[in-house]
Amino acid sequence: MSSESSYYVPASSKLPIFMALSLLLFVYGAGYTINDLGKEDSFSHWILISSFLLMWGTMFFWFSEVIKENDKGMYSDQLNTSFVHGMSWFIFSEVMFFFAFFLALGYVRIFAVPWLGGEGEKGIANILWPGFEASWPLMETPDNERFPGAHHNMSIPALSKIHTWLPFWNTLCLVTSSGTIALAEAALKKGNRKGFKLWMVATLTLGYIFVVLQSVEYYEAYAHMGLTLGAGIYGTTFFLMTGFHGFHVCLGAIILTIMTIRGFRGAFSEHEHFGLAAGSWYWHFVDVVWILLVLVVYVF
Amino acid sequence: MSAVIESHHDDHHHGPAKGFSRWLYTTNHKDIGSLYLWFSFIMLFVGGAMAMVIRAELFEPGSQIVSPEFYNQMVTNHGLIMVFGVIMPAFVGLANWMIPMQIGAPDMALPRLNNLSFWILPAAFGVLLSTFLMEGGAPNFGWTFYAPLSTEYAPPTVTFFIFAVHIMGASSIMGSINIITTILNMRAPGMTLMKMPLFVWSWLITAYLLIAVMPVLAGAVTMMLMDIHFGTSFFSAAGGGDPVLFQHVFWFFGHPEVYIMILPAFGIVSHIIETFSRKPIFGYSSMVYAIASIALLSFVVWAHHMFTVGMPIAGELFFMYSTMLIAIPTGVKVFNWLSTMFKGSLTFETPMLFAIAFVALFTIGGLSGLMLAIAPADFQYHDTYFVVAHFHYVLVPGALFSIVAAVYYWLPKWTGYMYDEVLGKTHFWLSFISVNLTFFPMHFVGLAGMPRRIPDYAMQFADYNMIVSVGAFLFGLSQLLFLFNVLKCVYYGKSATAEVWEGAKGKGLEWTVDSPAPYHTFETSPDLTNPQTNN
Ligand code: HEM
Ligand SMILES: [Cu+2]
Repeated sequence: MSSESSYYVPASSKLPIFMALSLLLFVYGAGYTINDLGKEDSFSHWILISSFLLMWGTMFFWFSEVIKENDKGMYSDQLNTSFVHGMSWFIFSEVMFFFAFFLALGYVRIFAVPWLGGEGEKGIANILWPGFEASWPLMETPDNERFPGAHHNMSIPALSKIHTWLPFWNTLCLVTSSGTIALAEAALKKGNRKGFKLWMVATLTLGYIFVVLQSVEYYEAYAHMGLTLGAGIYGTTFFLMTGFHGFHVCLGAIILTIMTIRGFRGAFSEHEHFGLAAGSWYWHFVDVVWILLVLVVYVF
Repeated sequence: MSAVIESHHDDHHHGPAKGFSRWLYTTNHKDIGSLYLWFSFIMLFVGGAMAMVIRAELFEPGSQIVSPEFYNQMVTNHGLIMVFGVIMPAFVGLANWMIPMQIGAPDMALPRLNNLSFWILPAAFGVLLSTFLMEGGAPNFGWTFYAPLSTEYAPPTVTFFIFAVHIMGASSIMGSINIITTILNMRAPGMTLMKMPLFVWSWLITAYLLIAVMPVLAGAVTMMLMDIHFGTSFFSAAGGGDPVLFQHVFWFFGHPEVYIMILPAFGIVSHIIETFSRKPIFGYSSMVYAIASIALLSFVVWAHHMFTVGMPIAGELFFMYSTMLIAIPTGVKVFNWLSTMFKGSLTFETPMLFAIAFVALFTIGGLSGLMLAIAPADFQYHDTYFVVAHFHYVLVPGALFSIVAAVYYWLPKWTGYMYDEVLGKTHFWLSFISVNLTFFPMHFVGLAGMPRRIPDYAMQFADYNMIVSVGAFLFGLSQLLFLFNVLKCVYYGKSATAEVWEGAKGKGLEWTVDSPAPYHTFETSPDLTNPQTNN
């Protein structure tokens, strides 16, 4: 059954059921932890932590198993094509997740906030908070006591001061890293392992710089700008969009770190390097999302 | 007359593992398909029990049996379970069983992921049901969970609901990735896209819709979570957000979701009608294009659920016309089914009865949908029992009947045994009568203004509601007959032939293998490049 030509169907596997169990633990753990926020004597976070340990453990064994099977030559070309399809559709689903947040931002900026400010035929909403004026970024919310608006925003400064603006450096990092990972792949395909490792390390460095800069930006926002999750819809969309993007950068960085470690240990060949290729598609996806995000969150 | 051909038996090896662990660890598409189908069947009775509580409460006006709070929990969980726990898993189960067989593949493309997709479901619904025992009670804000009812005014269990939806979504996405990959990458040589069976086509497009919109649902519940626990203001106008935003995000998911629940039904019904008409399906390629255009249009009609929230007039018009446009490809399909039956040599075995009832009753649902699509008229219909009548017509004698039809149609192929035809027909007639008894009068009370989701109603609606409740109890009971028939088939059924149905000749690869289909159907794909071997 394990020849190159036939499609490999594992006989049975214990991995999925452990993964499902970890998700069950996760739901209870996350639910109780969040509902118990602020309570002193809650132990629910331990459920959450154990669910993560189980999840990561299972994933480790799962991927090891796949790599082992692949090394034994059990995977036909057709099976590898399945992986390519699977990864592409997974990335598409991620695109749609971000789409929900872009949709929300668009709706808020084009409709909700102007209507609250009394614009158009739905301007009647202005009766609720007379005197509220629509603007973007929204610095003063309709109910400024409950959702105190920020006193500074993250929008792009004058061009002469662009070097003081963190998102500029962040963009530079991510766009460059998309280039370096392409170079790494190209080097690998030519059999230039030294170049491959070098460009991978460069990609990772840029990725980590991005994460650090983003954290600095969040610190600034909370410490000096009054820009928080509770600062009304501007803070809400700012943090959720950059936050989910940042989370995906972290995920991508973890994937690429693992791929780099594997690369240093001699994994991947000129023709067979699906793990790396998948990681690199993911990285390009994260990059594209960032560019769109910079445009609608920071620039326009 | 019987269309069943006498049986012969072949032996096959490569059996499944023994014991209960078989079901926990399995990677076999047939095992996983059975798991999905049984899960869905069990949830049908759980969700059905909730419907019985609702109908018992509404049997007479006034507060009868349950508190209004509990009534709300019943309505909410009935909807959630039927949509996410019955219809969707049943279609995925059918996909698992049939797609590899219909395209000549050895199994699903990613077998371990397949097992994971299934086992997430019991976890998610276990969590959802366990919220009944928690402080504050189960979710009570309707299956559409509109903000701020589901945010500022929600019981604490909403947090568990949110995470349950998250993993349920993950299950759907993984399942769909698997299905789409299987269809695109695992077809037998020679099976071009335009030679694929229609059930496979319908699932290809459904899977695409699922991957496109489940993440949007995940986004919606994530926004809720942030609003409830972390101080954001997506759905709070006080912070510059908008509760209506929730409805936009939800229905951007929600409308394609309703088509997710009907497209596979289109595929199933096409197969059954062509088999029992003993004719090839009329207008195969127009069927494919119709499914594809329904799917594409379904992305631009979502706000027809929101005509009354106060949209600008341009929005009302756009969504009104785009919605009406969907009726065209839908009509194409209905006419194709009728043309397939036209001058066919028809026989009326149980699957065919359910399929014909599907065509007739789904059309009623489609027509009431068209009425709802007229924005000015919808101001009268919205949030009344008319809407409840509409979507139950498309979902119960629509989606659910197609699933029942599929089970009767393919059960002999799965088990190797025939079900009891008399029992099947009894099940059909009882279901057919009771389903209309239940849902048809809802049109009348709805048009007269009876609001949905309220545990009490005005005196003038009493008679119709009593009829509805009687119909509902009867429908509930009839489904026990279905369960009985399936069990009887599995344990005491007569052996079935490979072809099972007289008209199944040349109607797809699944009829070329033994009944029951061997544990591993096609270890090497059949070669269809030569048209002779096709059938
Ligand atoms: C010809 C095609 C259809 C049209 C024109 C149509 C139109 C509509 C409209 C306008 C509404 C909103 C009514 C209101 O809330 O005032 C609605 C509700 C609904 N439709 Fe349809 N529909 C069609 C087919 C379907 C199908 C095939 C399904 C599912 C299989 C479906 C499921 C639903 C559901 C579940 C709701 C109610 C959601 C809720 O508020 O709980 N519809 N439909
Ligand atoms: Cu709709």
